[in-house]
Amino acid sequence: MASKAKQVLLRPLIDENPITLQILGICSALAVTTSLLPSLLMSLSVITVIAFANASIGALRHHIPTNIRIIVQMTIIASLVIVADQMLKAFAYESSRQLSVFVGLIITNCIVLGRAEAFAMKNSVGLSFLDGLGNGIGYSLILILVASTRELFGSGTLLGYTILPSVSTGGWYEPNGLMLLPPSAFFIIGLIIWAIRSWKREQVEGPEFRIRHVHRTEEM
Amino acid sequence: MSPDSKPIAGIGKTLTVAMLVSLVCSLIVASATVLLRPLQAKNETLSRQQNILAAAGILRADQSVAEQFKRVEMRLVDLATGEYSDDIDLSKYDPQAAARDSVLGVNISAENDIAGLKRRGKHGVVYLVKHDGRIRYIILPVRGYGLWSTMYGYLALERNANTIAGLRFYQHGETPGLGAEIDNPDWLAQWTGKYVYDTDGKPVIEVIRGKVIADSISGATPGDAEYQVDGLAGATLTGRGVTNMLRYWLGADGYGPYLARIWDEHS
Repeated sequence: MASKAKQVLLRPLIDENPITLQILGICSALAVTTSLLPSLLMSLSVITVIAFANASIGALRHHIPTNIRIIVQMTIIASLVIVADQMLKAFAYESSRQLSVFVGLIITNCIVLGRAEAFAMKNSVGLSFLDGLGNGIGYSLILILVASTRELFGSGTLLGYTILPSVSTGGWYEPNGLMLLPPSAFFIIGLIIWAIRSWKREQVEGPEFRIRHVHRTEEM
Repeated sequence: MSPDSKPIAGIGKTLTVAMLVSLVCSLIVASATVLLRPLQAKNETLSRQQNILAAAGILRADQSVAEQFKRVEMRLVDLATGEYSDDIDLSKYDPQAAARDSVLGVNISAENDIAGLKRRGKHGVVYLVKHDGRIRYIILPVRGYGLWSTMYGYLALERNANTIAGLRFYQHGETPGLGAEIDNPDWLAQWTGKYVYDTDGKPVIEVIRGKVIADSISGATPGDAEYQVDGLAGATLTGRGVTNMLRYWLGADGYGPYLARIWDEHS
Protein backbone atom coordinates (compact mmCIF):
# COMPACT_ATOMS: atom_id res chain seq x y z
CA MET A 1 0.00 0.00 0.00
CA ALA A 2 2.80 2.37 0.95
CA SER A 3 4.56 1.76 -2.35
CA LYS A 4 1.27 2.31 -4.22
CA ALA A 5 0.80 5.64 -2.44
CA LYS A 6 4.35 6.64 -3.31
CA GLN A 7 3.75 5.74 -6.94
CA VAL A 8 0.50 7.68 -7.08
CA LEU A 9 2.26 10.73 -5.69
CA LEU A 10 5.48 10.53 -7.71
CA ARG A 11 4.48 9.22 -11.13
CA PRO A 12 2.71 12.47 -12.22
CA LEU A 13 5.88 14.48 -11.54
CA ILE A 14 7.73 13.32 -14.65
CA ASP A 15 6.58 9.92 -15.92
CA GLU A 16 2.94 10.98 -16.27
CA ASN A 17 3.31 14.73 -16.09
CA PRO A 18 -0.04 16.35 -16.95
CA ILE A 19 1.54 19.05 -19.11
CA THR A 20 4.37 17.26 -20.89
CA LEU A 21 2.82 13.82 -21.34
CA GLN A 22 -0.90 14.46 -21.36
CA ILE A 23 -0.56 18.01 -22.81
CA LEU A 24 -3.29 19.36 -20.50
CA GLY A 25 -3.59 22.76 -18.85
CA ILE A 26 -1.56 24.53 -21.54
CA CYS A 27 -3.77 27.65 -21.57
CA SER A 28 -2.84 28.83 -18.09
CA ALA A 29 0.76 27.71 -18.59
CA LEU A 30 1.01 30.21 -21.46
CA ALA A 31 -0.83 33.02 -19.72
CA VAL A 32 0.60 33.32 -16.22
CA THR A 33 4.23 32.39 -16.79
CA THR A 34 5.64 35.81 -17.75
CA SER A 35 7.00 36.15 -14.22
CA LEU A 36 7.72 33.78 -11.40
CA LEU A 37 5.62 35.14 -8.50
CA PRO A 38 2.17 34.85 -10.16
CA SER A 39 3.20 31.38 -11.40
CA LEU A 40 4.03 30.29 -7.85
CA LEU A 41 0.64 31.49 -6.62
CA MET A 42 -1.12 29.89 -9.56
CA SER A 43 0.72 26.62 -8.80
CA LEU A 44 -0.28 26.79 -5.16
CA SER A 45 -3.92 27.41 -6.09
CA VAL A 46 -3.98 24.55 -8.59
CA ILE A 47 -2.31 22.10 -6.18
CA THR A 48 -4.83 22.97 -3.45
CA VAL A 49 -7.82 22.81 -5.76
CA ILE A 50 -6.88 19.45 -7.37
CA ALA A 51 -5.91 17.83 -4.07
CA PHE A 52 -9.10 18.80 -2.24
CA ALA A 53 -11.37 18.27 -5.25
CA ASN A 54 -9.91 14.76 -5.66
CA ALA A 55 -10.26 14.02 -1.93
CA SER A 56 -13.90 15.15 -1.74
CA ILE A 57 -14.84 13.30 -4.89
CA GLY A 58 -13.01 10.24 -3.64
CA ALA A 59 -15.02 10.43 -0.41
CA LEU A 60 -18.34 10.74 -2.25
CA ARG A 61 -17.54 8.29 -5.04
CA HIS A 62 -20.05 5.61 -3.90
CA HIS A 63 -22.83 8.17 -3.55
CA ILE A 64 -22.43 10.19 -6.73
CA PRO A 65 -25.06 8.97 -9.22
CA THR A 66 -23.45 8.10 -12.57
CA ASN A 67 -25.83 10.23 -14.61
CA ILE A 68 -25.00 13.49 -12.84
CA ARG A 69 -21.39 12.77 -11.87
CA ILE A 70 -19.78 15.44 -14.09
CA ILE A 71 -22.11 18.12 -12.71
CA VAL A 72 -21.34 17.09 -9.14
CA GLN A 73 -17.59 17.12 -9.86
CA MET A 74 -17.83 20.55 -11.47
CA THR A 75 -19.81 21.95 -8.54
CA ILE A 76 -17.18 20.78 -6.08
CA ILE A 77 -14.30 22.05 -8.23
CA ALA A 78 -15.99 25.40 -8.86
CA SER A 79 -16.63 25.95 -5.14
CA LEU A 80 -12.98 25.22 -4.30
CA VAL A 81 -11.80 27.58 -7.04
CA ILE A 82 -13.98 30.40 -5.69
CA VAL A 83 -12.60 29.84 -2.20
CA ALA A 84 -9.02 29.87 -3.58
CA ASP A 85 -9.75 33.07 -5.50
CA GLN A 86 -11.21 34.78 -2.42
CA MET A 87 -8.19 33.70 -0.36
CA LEU A 88 -5.79 35.21 -2.89
CA LYS A 89 -7.78 38.47 -2.91
CA ALA A 90 -7.55 38.57 0.87
CA PHE A 91 -3.92 37.55 1.37
CA ALA A 92 -2.10 38.30 -1.91
CA TYR A 93 -4.03 41.21 -3.37
CA GLU A 94 -1.42 42.60 -5.79
CA SER A 95 -0.65 39.21 -7.32
CA SER A 96 -4.33 38.28 -7.49
CA ARG A 97 -4.82 41.34 -9.69
CA GLN A 98 -2.07 40.11 -11.99
CA LEU A 99 -3.60 36.64 -12.16
CA SER A 100 -7.02 38.22 -12.74
CA VAL A 101 -9.27 35.75 -14.54
CA PHE A 102 -6.83 32.88 -14.60
CA VAL A 103 -7.56 31.73 -11.07
CA GLY A 104 -11.27 31.58 -11.95
CA LEU A 105 -10.32 29.62 -15.04
CA ILE A 106 -8.82 26.80 -12.96
CA ILE A 107 -12.39 25.50 -13.11
CA THR A 108 -11.88 24.81 -16.81
CA ASN A 109 -8.36 23.41 -16.35
CA CYS A 110 -8.64 19.94 -17.88
CA ILE A 111 -6.22 18.45 -15.34
CA VAL A 112 -8.64 19.00 -12.44
CA LEU A 113 -11.73 17.46 -14.02
CA GLY A 114 -9.53 14.84 -15.71
CA ARG A 115 -8.11 13.57 -12.39
CA ALA A 116 -11.54 13.67 -10.71
CA GLU A 117 -13.10 11.58 -13.44
CA ALA A 118 -10.19 9.24 -14.15
CA PHE A 119 -8.83 8.66 -10.66
CA ALA A 120 -10.92 9.99 -7.77
CA MET A 121 -14.13 8.24 -8.92
CA LYS A 122 -12.36 4.88 -8.53
CA ASN A 123 -10.03 5.34 -5.55
CA SER A 124 -10.06 5.98 -1.83
CA VAL A 125 -9.89 9.44 -0.25
CA GLY A 126 -6.22 9.16 0.71
CA LEU A 127 -5.03 7.89 -2.66
CA SER A 128 -7.16 10.47 -4.49
CA PHE A 129 -5.68 13.25 -2.37
CA LEU A 130 -2.14 12.04 -3.14
CA ASP A 131 -2.95 11.76 -6.82
CA GLY A 132 -4.24 15.34 -6.80
CA LEU A 133 -1.16 16.49 -4.95
CA GLY A 134 1.13 14.68 -7.42
CA ASN A 135 -0.61 16.05 -10.49
CA GLY A 136 -0.72 19.56 -9.03
CA ILE A 137 3.01 19.42 -8.28
CA GLY A 138 3.72 17.97 -11.73
CA TYR A 139 1.86 20.91 -13.28
CA SER A 140 3.68 23.34 -10.98
CA LEU A 141 7.13 21.98 -11.86
CA ILE A 142 6.62 22.81 -15.52
CA LEU A 143 4.98 26.16 -14.70
CA ILE A 144 7.89 27.21 -12.49
CA LEU A 145 10.47 26.04 -15.02
CA VAL A 146 8.76 27.99 -17.83
CA ALA A 147 8.20 31.07 -15.66
CA SER A 148 11.81 31.17 -14.41
CA THR A 149 13.12 30.96 -17.97
CA ARG A 150 10.72 33.65 -19.21
CA GLU A 151 11.30 36.09 -16.38
CA LEU A 152 15.07 35.60 -16.39
CA PHE A 153 15.57 36.09 -20.12
CA GLY A 154 12.58 38.39 -20.70
CA SER A 155 13.18 40.88 -17.90
CA GLY A 156 16.55 39.84 -16.46
CA THR A 157 14.99 39.33 -13.02
CA LEU A 158 13.76 36.47 -10.82
CA LEU A 159 10.91 37.16 -8.37
CA GLY A 160 11.57 40.84 -9.09
CA TYR A 161 15.25 40.71 -8.06
CA THR A 162 17.70 41.72 -10.77
CA ILE A 163 19.89 38.81 -11.91
CA LEU A 164 20.95 40.08 -15.32
CA PRO A 165 21.12 43.92 -15.16
CA SER A 166 19.33 45.14 -18.29
CA VAL A 167 20.57 47.81 -20.70
CA SER A 168 17.70 50.19 -19.86
CA THR A 169 18.87 50.35 -16.23
CA GLY A 170 22.54 50.74 -17.18
CA GLY A 171 23.54 47.05 -17.24
CA TRP A 172 24.73 44.86 -20.10
CA TYR A 173 21.79 42.51 -20.71
CA GLU A 174 19.47 43.18 -23.64
CA PRO A 175 16.13 41.62 -22.55
CA ASN A 176 14.55 39.20 -25.01
CA GLY A 177 11.08 40.64 -25.64
CA LEU A 178 9.87 37.40 -27.23
CA MET A 179 10.12 35.72 -23.81
CA LEU A 180 7.33 37.95 -22.52
CA LEU A 181 4.96 36.97 -25.33
CA PRO A 182 2.80 33.81 -25.17
CA PRO A 183 4.51 31.95 -28.06
CA SER A 184 7.73 31.68 -26.04
CA ALA A 185 5.91 29.49 -23.50
CA PHE A 186 5.00 27.15 -26.37
CA PHE A 187 8.65 26.94 -27.43
CA ILE A 188 9.87 26.33 -23.88
CA ILE A 189 7.23 23.68 -23.18
CA GLY A 190 8.16 22.07 -26.51
CA LEU A 191 11.82 21.99 -25.53
CA ILE A 192 10.99 20.52 -22.12
CA ILE A 193 8.89 17.79 -23.76
CA TRP A 194 11.78 17.06 -26.15
CA ALA A 195 14.24 16.86 -23.25
CA ILE A 196 12.00 14.57 -21.17
CA ARG A 197 11.26 12.27 -24.09
CA SER A 198 14.95 12.00 -24.98
CA TRP A 199 15.60 10.95 -21.40
CA LYS A 200 12.54 8.71 -20.99
CA ARG A 201 12.29 6.95 -24.34
CA GLU A 202 9.10 5.11 -23.33
CA GLN A 203 7.15 8.38 -23.47
CA VAL A 204 7.73 8.70 -27.20
CA GLU A 205 4.49 7.90 -28.97
CA GLY A 206 4.54 5.42 -31.82
CA PRO A 207 3.85 6.89 -35.24
CA GLU A 208 0.15 6.95 -36.07
CA PHE A 209 0.81 5.46 -39.48
CA ARG A 210 3.81 4.24 -41.45
CA ILE A 211 4.84 4.94 -44.97
CA ARG A 212 5.32 1.57 -46.62
CA HIS A 213 8.42 1.27 -48.73
CA VAL A 214 7.79 -0.27 -52.08
CA HIS A 215 10.86 -1.78 -53.65
CA ARG A 216 11.24 -1.59 -57.33
CA THR A 217 11.61 -5.29 -57.59
CA GLU A 218 8.25 -5.79 -55.92
CA GLU A 219 5.16 -5.90 -58.03
CA MET A 220 2.93 -2.85 -57.58
CA MET B 1 -17.23 3.72 -13.27
CA SER B 2 -16.16 1.91 -10.18
CA PRO B 3 -17.41 -1.65 -10.07
CA ASP B 4 -18.80 -1.43 -6.53
CA SER B 5 -21.21 1.48 -7.09
CA LYS B 6 -24.65 1.06 -8.54
CA PRO B 7 -24.74 1.69 -12.31
CA ILE B 8 -27.65 4.16 -12.28
CA ALA B 9 -29.21 5.63 -9.16
CA GLY B 10 -32.92 6.24 -8.74
CA ILE B 11 -34.36 9.71 -9.22
CA GLY B 12 -34.81 10.20 -5.47
CA LYS B 13 -31.17 9.52 -4.71
CA THR B 14 -30.00 11.62 -7.66
CA LEU B 15 -32.00 14.61 -6.41
CA THR B 16 -30.87 14.14 -2.80
CA VAL B 17 -27.20 13.98 -3.74
CA ALA B 18 -27.53 17.01 -6.04
CA MET B 19 -29.28 19.03 -3.32
CA LEU B 20 -26.83 18.07 -0.59
CA VAL B 21 -23.74 18.76 -2.71
CA SER B 22 -25.15 22.16 -3.75
CA LEU B 23 -26.06 23.02 -0.18
CA VAL B 24 -22.65 22.14 1.27
CA CYS B 25 -20.79 23.86 -1.56
CA SER B 26 -22.84 27.03 -1.29
CA LEU B 27 -22.28 27.12 2.47
CA ILE B 28 -18.51 26.83 1.96
CA VAL B 29 -18.45 29.51 -0.74
CA ALA B 30 -20.71 31.86 1.21
CA SER B 31 -18.75 31.58 4.44
CA ALA B 32 -15.42 32.08 2.63
CA THR B 33 -16.78 35.24 0.99
CA VAL B 34 -18.28 36.64 4.18
CA LEU B 35 -15.28 35.84 6.39
CA LEU B 36 -12.71 37.21 3.96
CA ARG B 37 -14.68 40.34 3.00
CA PRO B 38 -13.16 42.66 5.68
CA LEU B 39 -9.61 41.67 4.69
CA GLN B 40 -10.37 42.19 1.02
CA ALA B 41 -11.96 45.58 1.67
CA LYS B 42 -8.84 46.60 3.58
CA ASN B 43 -6.66 45.55 0.64
CA GLU B 44 -8.84 47.51 -1.77
CA THR B 45 -8.62 50.65 0.35
CA LEU B 46 -4.87 50.27 0.65
CA SER B 47 -4.51 49.78 -3.08
CA ARG B 48 -6.68 52.88 -3.73
CA GLN B 49 -4.59 54.96 -1.35
CA GLN B 50 -1.44 53.68 -3.00
CA ASN B 51 -2.79 54.73 -6.40
CA ILE B 52 -3.68 58.20 -5.14
CA LEU B 53 -0.16 58.69 -3.79
CA ALA B 54 1.38 57.23 -6.93
CA ALA B 55 -0.67 59.57 -9.14
CA ALA B 56 0.87 62.56 -7.37
CA GLY B 57 4.29 60.91 -7.60
CA ILE B 58 4.77 60.99 -3.83
CA LEU B 59 4.55 57.25 -3.10
CA ARG B 60 7.63 56.16 -1.16
CA ALA B 61 8.74 52.60 -0.61
CA ASP B 62 10.27 53.13 2.83
CA GLN B 63 7.04 54.00 4.64
CA SER B 64 3.73 52.19 4.94
CA VAL B 65 0.97 53.39 2.63
CA ALA B 66 -1.43 54.03 5.49
CA GLU B 67 1.19 56.19 7.24
CA GLN B 68 1.87 58.20 4.09
CA PHE B 69 -1.82 58.62 3.40
CA LYS B 70 -2.22 60.59 6.63
CA ARG B 71 -0.83 63.55 4.69
CA VAL B 72 -3.78 63.38 2.34
CA GLU B 73 -6.91 65.32 3.19
CA MET B 74 -10.16 64.14 1.64
CA ARG B 75 -12.82 66.75 0.90
CA LEU B 76 -16.17 66.74 -0.84
CA VAL B 77 -16.85 69.41 -3.46
CA ASP B 78 -20.20 70.57 -4.76
CA LEU B 79 -19.43 70.26 -8.46
CA ALA B 80 -21.96 72.90 -9.57
CA THR B 81 -20.58 75.70 -7.37
CA GLY B 82 -17.03 74.45 -6.81
CA GLU B 83 -17.36 75.06 -3.06
CA TYR B 84 -16.40 72.52 -0.40
CA SER B 85 -19.41 70.76 1.02
CA ASP B 86 -19.26 69.40 4.57
CA ASP B 87 -22.86 68.26 5.12
CA ILE B 88 -22.25 64.69 3.89
CA ASP B 89 -20.37 62.12 5.93
CA LEU B 90 -17.22 61.42 3.90
CA SER B 91 -16.45 58.07 5.42
CA LYS B 92 -19.69 56.66 4.04
CA TYR B 93 -19.64 58.50 0.70
CA ASP B 94 -19.39 56.20 -2.32
CA PRO B 95 -19.18 58.11 -5.64
CA GLN B 96 -20.56 55.22 -7.72
CA ALA B 97 -23.53 54.71 -5.40
CA ALA B 98 -24.14 58.48 -5.27
CA ALA B 99 -24.30 58.61 -9.08
CA ARG B 100 -27.11 56.03 -9.04
CA ASP B 101 -28.91 57.67 -6.10
CA SER B 102 -31.97 59.75 -6.99
CA VAL B 103 -31.13 62.52 -4.49
CA LEU B 104 -27.33 62.55 -4.56
CA GLY B 105 -26.92 61.97 -8.30
CA VAL B 106 -27.82 63.89 -11.46
CA ASN B 107 -28.20 62.97 -15.12
CA ILE B 108 -25.48 64.31 -17.38
CA SER B 109 -27.02 66.00 -20.42
CA ALA B 110 -26.21 64.27 -23.70
CA GLU B 111 -24.14 67.15 -25.17
CA ASN B 112 -21.98 67.31 -22.03
CA ASP B 113 -21.61 63.56 -21.65
CA ILE B 114 -18.44 63.11 -23.70
CA ALA B 115 -17.09 60.51 -21.25
CA GLY B 116 -20.16 58.25 -21.68
CA LEU B 117 -21.12 58.22 -17.99
CA LYS B 118 -24.88 59.07 -18.16
CA ARG B 119 -25.01 59.94 -14.45
CA ARG B 120 -22.70 61.39 -11.80
CA GLY B 121 -22.91 62.44 -8.17
CA LYS B 122 -23.74 66.08 -7.44
CA HIS B 123 -20.60 66.05 -5.35
CA GLY B 124 -17.10 65.03 -6.21
CA VAL B 125 -14.30 63.80 -3.96
CA VAL B 126 -10.95 65.61 -4.01
CA TYR B 127 -7.77 64.51 -2.28
CA LEU B 128 -5.50 67.34 -1.17
CA VAL B 129 -1.86 66.98 -0.26
CA LYS B 130 -0.79 69.99 1.76
CA HIS B 131 2.63 71.38 2.44
CA ASP B 132 3.08 74.05 5.14
CA GLY B 133 -0.68 74.54 5.27
CA ARG B 134 -0.95 75.25 1.55
CA ILE B 135 -2.24 72.93 -1.14
CA ARG B 136 0.61 71.11 -2.90
CA TYR B 137 -1.26 68.58 -5.02
CA ILE B 138 -4.92 68.20 -5.94
CA ILE B 139 -5.87 64.64 -6.82
CA LEU B 140 -9.15 64.01 -8.60
CA PRO B 141 -10.84 60.67 -9.20
CA VAL B 142 -11.70 60.36 -12.89
CA ARG B 143 -13.63 57.76 -14.81
CA GLY B 144 -14.80 57.45 -18.37
CA TYR B 145 -15.59 55.02 -21.13
CA GLY B 146 -12.70 53.71 -23.23
CA LEU B 147 -13.13 51.17 -25.99
CA TRP B 148 -14.70 48.30 -24.01
CA SER B 149 -14.85 49.35 -20.43
CA THR B 150 -15.11 52.15 -17.94
CA MET B 151 -11.62 53.25 -17.00
CA TYR B 152 -11.09 54.40 -13.41
CA GLY B 153 -8.12 56.47 -12.39
CA TYR B 154 -6.66 59.37 -10.46
CA LEU B 155 -5.37 62.60 -11.94
CA ALA B 156 -2.99 64.68 -9.82
CA LEU B 157 -2.63 68.40 -10.50
CA GLU B 158 -0.01 70.82 -9.19
CA ARG B 159 -1.09 73.60 -6.84
CA ASN B 160 -1.84 75.92 -9.79
CA ALA B 161 -4.72 73.59 -10.76
CA ASN B 162 -3.43 73.48 -14.32
CA THR B 163 -0.16 71.52 -14.51
CA ILE B 164 -0.53 67.74 -14.41
CA ALA B 165 1.55 66.03 -11.72
CA GLY B 166 0.61 62.53 -12.77
CA LEU B 167 -2.06 60.09 -13.90
CA ARG B 168 -2.77 56.49 -12.81
CA PHE B 169 -5.45 54.02 -13.71
CA TYR B 170 -6.54 51.49 -11.11
CA GLN B 171 -9.23 49.64 -13.00
CA HIS B 172 -10.10 49.13 -16.65
CA GLY B 173 -10.84 46.35 -19.12
CA GLU B 174 -9.08 47.64 -22.23
CA THR B 175 -7.42 45.28 -24.74
CA PRO B 176 -4.28 43.70 -23.25
CA GLY B 177 -1.18 44.81 -25.17
CA LEU B 178 -3.01 47.70 -26.91
CA GLY B 179 -5.42 49.81 -24.87
CA ALA B 180 -4.20 48.27 -21.62
CA GLU B 181 -0.88 50.03 -22.27
CA ILE B 182 -2.48 53.01 -20.49
CA ASP B 183 -0.89 51.33 -17.46
CA ASN B 184 2.57 51.47 -19.05
CA PRO B 185 4.82 53.57 -16.74
CA ASP B 186 6.71 55.06 -19.71
CA TRP B 187 3.48 56.32 -21.25
CA LEU B 188 2.13 57.60 -17.93
CA ALA B 189 5.41 59.45 -17.29
CA GLN B 190 4.68 61.71 -20.27
CA TRP B 191 1.70 63.27 -18.52
CA THR B 192 3.78 64.92 -15.84
CA GLY B 193 4.25 68.60 -16.63
CA LYS B 194 1.56 68.87 -19.31
CA TYR B 195 -1.01 71.64 -19.07
CA VAL B 196 -4.76 71.12 -18.94
CA TYR B 197 -6.26 74.53 -19.74
CA ASP B 198 -5.52 76.89 -22.61
CA THR B 199 -5.43 80.66 -22.10
CA ASP B 200 -9.26 80.81 -22.36
CA GLY B 201 -9.64 78.34 -19.49
CA LYS B 202 -10.87 75.53 -21.73
CA PRO B 203 -9.56 72.01 -21.04
CA VAL B 204 -7.60 71.13 -24.17
CA ILE B 205 -5.43 68.29 -22.83
CA GLU B 206 -5.40 65.55 -25.44
CA VAL B 207 -4.05 62.13 -26.33
CA ILE B 208 -3.18 62.59 -29.99
CA ARG B 209 -2.58 60.01 -32.70
CA GLY B 210 1.11 59.36 -33.17
CA LYS B 211 3.92 61.24 -31.54
CA VAL B 212 3.88 64.74 -30.10
CA ILE B 213 6.26 67.04 -31.97
CA ALA B 214 8.20 68.57 -29.13
CA ASP B 215 9.92 71.48 -30.88
CA SER B 216 7.01 73.83 -30.14
CA ILE B 217 8.03 73.86 -26.47
CA SER B 218 10.00 77.08 -26.46
CA GLY B 219 9.34 80.68 -25.68
CA ALA B 220 6.95 82.10 -23.11
CA THR B 221 3.59 80.99 -24.52
CA PRO B 222 3.03 77.26 -24.29
CA GLY B 223 2.80 75.54 -27.66
CA ASP B 224 0.39 72.76 -28.57
CA ALA B 225 2.82 70.10 -27.40
CA GLU B 226 2.29 71.20 -23.83
CA TYR B 227 -1.32 70.03 -24.03
CA GLN B 228 -0.58 66.82 -25.91
CA VAL B 229 0.41 63.27 -25.04
CA ASP B 230 1.58 60.58 -27.51
CA GLY B 231 -1.06 58.18 -28.74
CA LEU B 232 -0.73 54.47 -28.08
CA ALA B 233 -0.24 52.38 -31.21
CA GLY B 234 -3.37 50.35 -31.96
CA ALA B 235 -5.37 52.08 -29.23
CA THR B 236 -6.82 55.17 -30.89
CA LEU B 237 -10.25 54.70 -29.33
CA THR B 238 -8.88 54.09 -25.84
CA GLY B 239 -6.80 57.26 -26.26
CA ARG B 240 -9.88 59.19 -27.32
CA GLY B 241 -11.67 57.80 -24.26
CA VAL B 242 -8.87 59.08 -22.01
CA THR B 243 -9.06 62.52 -23.67
CA ASN B 244 -12.83 62.71 -23.25
CA MET B 245 -12.67 61.47 -19.69
CA LEU B 246 -10.15 64.16 -18.67
CA ARG B 247 -11.91 66.92 -20.60
CA TYR B 248 -15.22 66.02 -18.99
CA TRP B 249 -13.96 65.93 -15.40
CA LEU B 250 -11.81 69.02 -15.84
CA GLY B 251 -14.53 70.88 -17.75
CA ALA B 252 -17.44 73.05 -16.64
CA ASP B 253 -19.66 70.06 -15.86
CA GLY B 254 -16.97 68.36 -13.76
CA TYR B 255 -14.38 69.87 -11.43
CA GLY B 256 -13.99 73.00 -13.64
CA PRO B 257 -15.67 75.45 -11.21
CA TYR B 258 -13.72 74.06 -8.26
CA LEU B 259 -10.38 74.21 -10.06
CA ALA B 260 -11.14 77.76 -11.29
CA ARG B 261 -11.62 78.77 -7.68
CA ILE B 262 -8.27 77.21 -6.66
CA TRP B 263 -6.64 78.91 -9.64
CA ASP B 264 -7.98 82.31 -8.51
CA GLU B 265 -6.79 81.73 -4.95
CA HIS B 266 -3.38 80.68 -6.19
CA SER B 267 -2.73 83.64 -8.46
